[in-house]
Amino acid sequence: MAPTRHTIVALVEDKPGVLNRVASLFRRRGFNIESIAVGHSELPQLSRMTIVVDGTVTSVEQVRKQLEKVVEMVKVSDITPDDIVARELALVKIKTTSATRGDIIEIVDIFRANIVDVALDSVTVEVTGDEEKVDSLINLLRNFGIKEIARTGRVAMTRGGTAPLAGE
Amino acid sequence: MKMTGAQILCEGLTREGVEVIFGFPGGVVLPLYDTLPHYPQLRHVLVRHEQGAAHAADGYARATGKVGVCLATSGPGATNLVTGIANAYLDSSPMVAITGQVARPLIGKDAFQEIDITGITLPITKHNYLVPDAASMARIVKEAFYLARTGRPGPVLIDVPRDVFVEQAEFHYPNQVKLPGYRPTLKGHPEQVKKAAKLLNEAQQPVLLAGRGIIISGACDELRYLAETAQIPVVTTLLGIGCFPESHALSYGMLGMHGMAYANLAINGADVILAIGMRFDDRATGKVAGFAPRAKIIHVDIDPAEIGKNVRVDIPIVGDARTVLKELNKLAAPAQHMDWVRQLDDWRKEHPSTVIRDCEELLPQYVIRQIYEVTQGRATIVTGVGQNQMWSAQHYFYERPNSLISSGGLGTMGFELPAAMGAKIGRPDEPVWCVAGDGGFQMTIQELATIVQEKAAVKIAIINNGYLGMVRQWQELFYGKRYVATPLTCPDFVRIAEAYCISALRVRQKAEVAPAIEQAMADPGPFLIDFMVAPEENVYPMVPPGASLVELVEDPGKAARVAPDSAKLPVSDM
Ligand SMILES: Cc1ncc(C[n+]2csc(CCOP(=O)(O)OP(=O)(O)O)c2C)c(N)n1
Ligand SMILES: [Mg+2]
Repeated sequence: MAPTRHTIVALVEDKPGVLNRVASLFRRRGFNIESIAVGHSELPQLSRMTIVVDGTVTSVEQVRKQLEKVVEMVKVSDITPDDIVARELALVKIKTTSATRGDIIEIVDIFRANIVDVALDSVTVEVTGDEEKVDSLINLLRNFGIKEIARTGRVAMTRGGTAPLAGE
Repeated sequence: MKMTGAQILCEGLTREGVEVIFGFPGGVVLPLYDTLPHYPQLRHVLVRHEQGAAHAADGYARATGKVGVCLATSGPGATNLVTGIANAYLDSSPMVAITGQVARPLIGKDAFQEIDITGITLPITKHNYLVPDAASMARIVKEAFYLARTGRPGPVLIDVPRDVFVEQAEFHYPNQVKLPGYRPTLKGHPEQVKKAAKLLNEAQQPVLLAGRGIIISGACDELRYLAETAQIPVVTTLLGIGCFPESHALSYGMLGMHGMAYANLAINGADVILAIGMRFDDRATGKVAGFAPRAKIIHVDIDPAEIGKNVRVDIPIVGDARTVLKELNKLAAPAQHMDWVRQLDDWRKEHPSTVIRDCEELLPQYVIRQIYEVTQGRATIVTGVGQNQMWSAQHYFYERPNSLISSGGLGTMGFELPAAMGAKIGRPDEPVWCVAGDGGFQMTIQELATIVQEKAAVKIAIINNGYLGMVRQWQELFYGKRYVATPLTCPDFVRIAEAYCISALRVRQKAEVAPAIEQAMADPGPFLIDFMVAPEENVYPMVPPGASLVELVEDPGKAARVAPDSAKLPVSDM
């Protein structure tokens, strides 16, 4: 079975060391985490994680079951087979001159990205979208010279009314 | 009422029914040690090395079914516990390990004897805690014991900063735990149970494959009911030994690398296997691709992550062994399986794996069998790791759960003596025999002093073959008899024992064996017998590494084969 990309979402108790427990489990079972994003959820004291990893269906299912054993893990689900909305945010700082600034603004507009900071010799662009959109914008901007990139990694949800992590 | 963190900890321990703590003091745990005398119901056993404390707590837990407790200071004390914690983790032993930590303002500063023990034990504990303040102590103690003993049991570590021991907080012991992420599934899914019953009822060559989960959940009676009602042969794992009386006509012993030939043949010939409370360890399955090639497999385990991990499973059932078996028994149809049982009995006659060669030499198997005879099968046997362990599993016959205590998953040499001490302290009125390897015994030999100080009348049988025997066996069979780093020069164990004020004997002749064991049994105190056994005796049957269970080798004259691709197979080494 060939490895494929999986999106795993998890609700965890907001306690010290939880991120460490989750990350260490992936390491121990031989996974390389592509991205991991953590933040508050709709419930107090619970954080939501979105983890992207490559693996076979069986190996990811095994790691999901191991994750379920983390005591602070309230719920974990592999939403890969579902219809999902996945987004990531990136900040990109690009070198500019008066000659290139116009071209950059044009590209940013086409991508519905925003310029969030301007200096004499640089602009910082904020873009949100799926990984492909972020990748293609970054690729276009590379021609101007990129100083810095910061990406959040994927956050994801299933489409429609279902909420696989919501209460029983 | 206001109490110190140390008092709250002790209050919690007493409320959790703790009677014994195996520990070793040091700087940061002094406030706790200073509090202990105020709780005389908590007996403290001073070990000689913290590894001994963890193994003793583990042995105690297995012998009593209660949570074993060990205690160590920060830094080296905590790291010395690590092997014992890992051992408990792999064998699902309920344990609470308490460690001291440097005071909170010093954490993260590489202070004297500071070590990140919660980080170190993350992958070898069911859960662990760094206690943030005295006010959290009661909740954490409650949760730790709850986690250690429920679901799939395991070790939980509580790391307590020095200043938390002395900090005051209001004491209130919670009645309940609040762990939203922890809800072990006890009841098997009814549809799955129904399917399993149907499959089992239709089986022609069924086998019950029972592991330690049967013992942990107290399902021995339910297992026996099922076996007898439907006349299904029972095979156990190493750690499942004792869950079904080995004298029972339907008992076919242990499977695996050194399992009974007929047990492995039964697995190979089965059309349905009901595996309960076991995890298809590679030492049990042999080559996975060749495991139970004809069988549909029903796997019952409380840990969903164990199901489908190593072997393909046709009917998975997540649940507690006893609860699921009770449901299953309601649906089990009485049956005979006469042909199948007769077939197994034929295999048992053709491949008598428990017969001991008749010869002049003092064979280790003979020693084990004599311990069985003299103790009338009523002893608790605590083994080391290696040949002595396998011979103990093969040549003593176990009737009761937890009468064999052995390090299965981690295979920890040095487990024997401290674990036997813990077992004896847990079951003071029963004979406890420590069957030790001459190698493993020297790894935790220091606990002889603890045994004497605590008046724990452990009987010790050293299977002295002058080798790291199991490794030597592999070298003999698979490395052209090149005995690199396996011959042992041992001290005079009898004089060692005497130096610790323990009575001891050396035995070289067969005729001396039974009288020596009788003398040991008659002695009210601890007793050591140094059995000088045939040095190059091998354990058979043996499934060579990388081979499947049917490829077992049993004729000692014949060299074991290595499967040509053994190096590539996912079978872990020694
Ligand atoms: C702590 C530890 N180190 C190394 C091993 C590898 N090992 C497995 S069996 C064995 C030999 C054990 O020798 P001994 O205690 O004399 O027992 P015997 O096999 O001779 O009965 C060794 C070294 C182990 N299991 N545990
Ligand atoms: Mg030896």
